[in-house]
Amino acid sequence: MTTKLMGQKVQRVEDQRFLRGQGRYVDDVAVERDLLHAAVLRSPHAHARIVDIDVADVLDVEGVHAVWTYEDLTGPMSEPLPLLIPHPDLTHGRTQYALAKDEVNYVGEAIAFVVADDRYVAEDAVDRIRVRYEPLPPVVGIDAARAADRLVHDDVPGNIGARMEQSVGDAPAAIKAAPHTLTLDLTVERSACTPLEGRGTVARWDPDLNRLQVWTSTQSSTGVRAVVAVKLGLDLGQVDVITPDVGGGFGVKINHPWPEELLVPLAARALGRTVKFTEDRREHFISSAHERGQVHHIEVGFDDDGRLLGLDVEFWHDHGAYTPYGLIVPIITSTQLLGPYKPQNYRVVFESLYTNTVMVTPYRGAGRPQGCYAMERTMDAIASYLGKDRTEVRSVNFIQPDEFPFDQGLIFQDGRELEYDSGDYPASLEKIKALVGWDEFPAFQAEMAAQGRHVGIGLACYVEGTGVGPYEGAHVHIETSGKVKVATGLTTQGQGHQTVFAQLVADELGCSFEDVEVVTGDTRRMPYAVGTFASRAAVMSGSAIHLAAKRAKEKVLKIAADALEAAPEDLEIVDGVVSVKGSPGSSIDLGTVSVLSNPLRYAFDEASKAATQFSVGDPGKPPVPEDEEPGLEGKDFYSPERATFASGMHAVIVETDPETAEIRILKYAVVHDCGHLINPMIVEGQIHGGVAQGVGGALYERMAYDESGQLLNASFMDFLMPYVTEVPDGIDIDHLETPSPLNPLGIKGAGEAGVIPSAAVFAAAIEDAERVGRPEFTVTAMPISPSELFALRQEHS
Amino acid sequence: MKPAPFAYRRPGTLAEAVSALAGEPDAKVLAGGQSLVPLLSMRLASPAMLVDINGIPDLDAIVVNDAGDAVEGDDGGVRVGALARHAAVLASPEVRRVQPLVPMALQHVAHATIRNRGTTVGSIVHADAAAEMPVVLALLGGSVEVEGPGGRRTIPAEELFLGPLQSSVAHDEIAVSAYVPGLAAGAGVAFDEIARRHGDYALVGAAALVEGDRVRVGYLSVGDVPTVVDLSGVADDELGEAALAHLDPPDDIHATAAYRAQLVRVLTTRVVRSARDMAEGL
Repeated sequence: MTTKLMGQKVQRVEDQRFLRGQGRYVDDVAVERDLLHAAVLRSPHAHARIVDIDVADVLDVEGVHAVWTYEDLTGPMSEPLPLLIPHPDLTHGRTQYALAKDEVNYVGEAIAFVVADDRYVAEDAVDRIRVRYEPLPPVVGIDAARAADRLVHDDVPGNIGARMEQSVGDAPAAIKAAPHTLTLDLTVERSACTPLEGRGTVARWDPDLNRLQVWTSTQSSTGVRAVVAVKLGLDLGQVDVITPDVGGGFGVKINHPWPEELLVPLAARALGRTVKFTEDRREHFISSAHERGQVHHIEVGFDDDGRLLGLDVEFWHDHGAYTPYGLIVPIITSTQLLGPYKPQNYRVVFESLYTNTVMVTPYRGAGRPQGCYAMERTMDAIASYLGKDRTEVRSVNFIQPDEFPFDQGLIFQDGRELEYDSGDYPASLEKIKALVGWDEFPAFQAEMAAQGRHVGIGLACYVEGTGVGPYEGAHVHIETSGKVKVATGLTTQGQGHQTVFAQLVADELGCSFEDVEVVTGDTRRMPYAVGTFASRAAVMSGSAIHLAAKRAKEKVLKIAADALEAAPEDLEIVDGVVSVKGSPGSSIDLGTVSVLSNPLRYAFDEASKAATQFSVGDPGKPPVPEDEEPGLEGKDFYSPERATFASGMHAVIVETDPETAEIRILKYAVVHDCGHLINPMIVEGQIHGGVAQGVGGALYERMAYDESGQLLNASFMDFLMPYVTEVPDGIDIDHLETPSPLNPLGIKGAGEAGVIPSAAVFAAAIEDAERVGRPEFTVTAMPISPSELFALRQEHS
Repeated sequence: MKPAPFAYRRPGTLAEAVSALAGEPDAKVLAGGQSLVPLLSMRLASPAMLVDINGIPDLDAIVVNDAGDAVEGDDGGVRVGALARHAAVLASPEVRRVQPLVPMALQHVAHATIRNRGTTVGSIVHADAAAEMPVVLALLGGSVEVEGPGGRRTIPAEELFLGPLQSSVAHDEIAVSAYVPGLAAGAGVAFDEIARRHGDYALVGAAALVEGDRVRVGYLSVGDVPTVVDLSGVADDELGEAALAHLDPPDDIHATAAYRAQLVRVLTTRVVRSARDMAEGL
């Protein structure tokens, strides 16, 4: 009997390749060919008018093939890049041009595109382009954007791209009537995804086939395909987009097209040569997206137990110079801020503001880390005010297990109701308390304080809408060899999709796991797809693959039943062999079934010979009967009503050095509920990575813009991504499995969760440690460095 | 992040290297490349020529003399050749025995992969005030031997560091070795630093040398050049403030001047205590 693989810690099939350096990324594509390399001239100014661009010196450089500026772009390429997700409240959405037209609005904005024999020559040529700028006053930071003394775009008053309000009940009135009220002002700074592989695109125009082939490091192959076709004036059918291995996305590669994703195909077609662009690290910092920068003002009313009576949140979101991804990030903050709680009366208002900095698109967590931080710091403040245990205050506000599905009364990022499908928050709280030793902590804290050491504990809860629609699809093909080829259109960035999707296929089809090969992100194999974001791959493509495998299985059983002269319901498939239950002698393997499914005139292989012993089909009907197709395939799509809501809780114990203000992590604990686990090892890997990224966001990373809009730390020397030495040695993880009723597998997304509570949980723990001896100590701005903690101590002393 | 064009020479002798430098005023010496190559890639430096000294034999020697050998000095000493990698110096038990401050500081230099390639002499003449080894040289009163068109000369540490990334090694001179005296009997040394991440440049670092009543502390990342302060005779609880009277720690995106001052206080106390413990055989 084949063991069911769902829920097993199956070793990742990807690891052999990745760990041996055999991954194949965009920069590895076409290296053997006679390809050309591109480099981009980027604005050195945060805000300037372009008076003149002189490229006369460039074409003299030996090895330079072409240079493009805005003047050279025609047709759809000369229009602004698409605003991917419009929203009625985004009244002043703006997007950049593939190459800047008249004005630049951030340091790093693309101005000219050079193609040369190699990247060295291309960079030499970029250095020779002469641009005359007329500098304009830059708007940097939320305060400057709100003050609106200066405008990023002349036609956007107040620098306000959007103002959006949602409410349930009457929060201001409820707060007014509440026995207790508090006000908080909380800040989160900018950071960024910083995948180790930056952006990259290769394109080749094939004049024989009249087709364009594009390889790009994206989170949406189909999205890039559609926009390349539109912008280059090609039919969709003339464009193939292939996403090879991707060295991390974390959100930045869901935005598309990046200018280079259009310019590389444009150049390839114009020059008749294969062209490659590989972004370097500095370019990534100054021209790919950032996220997280928000300022929040919170008013809350509550009763003696800490029960929320009214919550009124106003926040300001820094979306940078342009809004290609619409309002997704602030909408997620404004809705997911509520977490596992029911506030009764809630109002949220946000303004999405322009600044002369790199644009903002979702970064793992996508607005949730800020929302979680706002809500959880509010919970901590209420507990502190009432002198209650922080977990008690959370408890009284939890949505209870018998209240699902629970409608929060708001509209979520996907335009659908914010309705939680399932969850068990009280059970999670019990688990996290046990895991971190919550009840024992006060004694430990006192013991350490007696030794002059300051330790603190923090806890934060979150709910994450995952697996948003609209759909994903899958195609399952059983070849005559018995091997199973699976295609789904969304892309993969190293999460382990090949492994988990193969687990699902093996379980459903009864084939061996080793015989399954999964292809992602290749529009030639699956042209209908959305993309990998919003913790949706397992839920969306996992469900679609499960359904497609089911269809393939139905066909297998139908043909095998005919061949074995048995009823389909009497058959079973084990290790790739279909047999009559209880009669193992009567069997046929999947490869032979595949031969029988395709009535060819010619026999090619052993499987064809083996098939001759079976007879299928009705000799009185055509070889391929009506309503049938040749081949052993299954194809299906999964499209859910709404998102499924994963949840979890993190707790951390930190020690802060009384002299140096260094912050040390003593223990990190995670309880996570993403419904049924397909592969617990992969889920835990996602949590580890998320926590590591969260440690970076809370304690190390920030975008250090100066007043003129220059990014001062655009390298890994000064942008402090944590090393393995900075993340916790061990992360204690416990799972809860509350299945989702929305999909056939009962699963929820797990990709982003690990990073969501980090700002909240570290702020809480540091504050708790500092309150040893300083009861008024409050942390309101994240991230926090030792230097900032030291300054905060000075303020509180 | 690709360097601008440059000529590349890989001479087989020191004389050829010196002559290559003399022939091109805009040439740079390439040893371990751990500072220079990133500068080239970011086009923050674009010299016309690189003179790669990695093909010159015998420059990787690490020579250690014990006290009483009277070859270099009364207390012996350590002479490190221009191509000796940090990792080799760090791994040498002889170096550790004769001058323990060298490995104490070296273990804070970047990461293992960088130490495998980067050279100790290169780090010294790069004259980065945020680097560990210039401070060690300055505190111990070491020197650098250079070869130029006019022959060899010795530059004492106090004349070596002129400003940020500026040393008194002339354009046409090549640093051949660096020398630090050994630790005298009954003396003690210590090194400590605080960095944002493991292996990063320190926010502040301090090295102490205690010999009898004489207490000296060298600092990194508090000024334009490695700075040594004499703290002899200062009461224990006044060490930090006494040091700060001579230092002017800067502000940057990683730390405020006030925080660096606090680290000077903390680290000064730590390294002096630790060096004193060593001197007293504790």
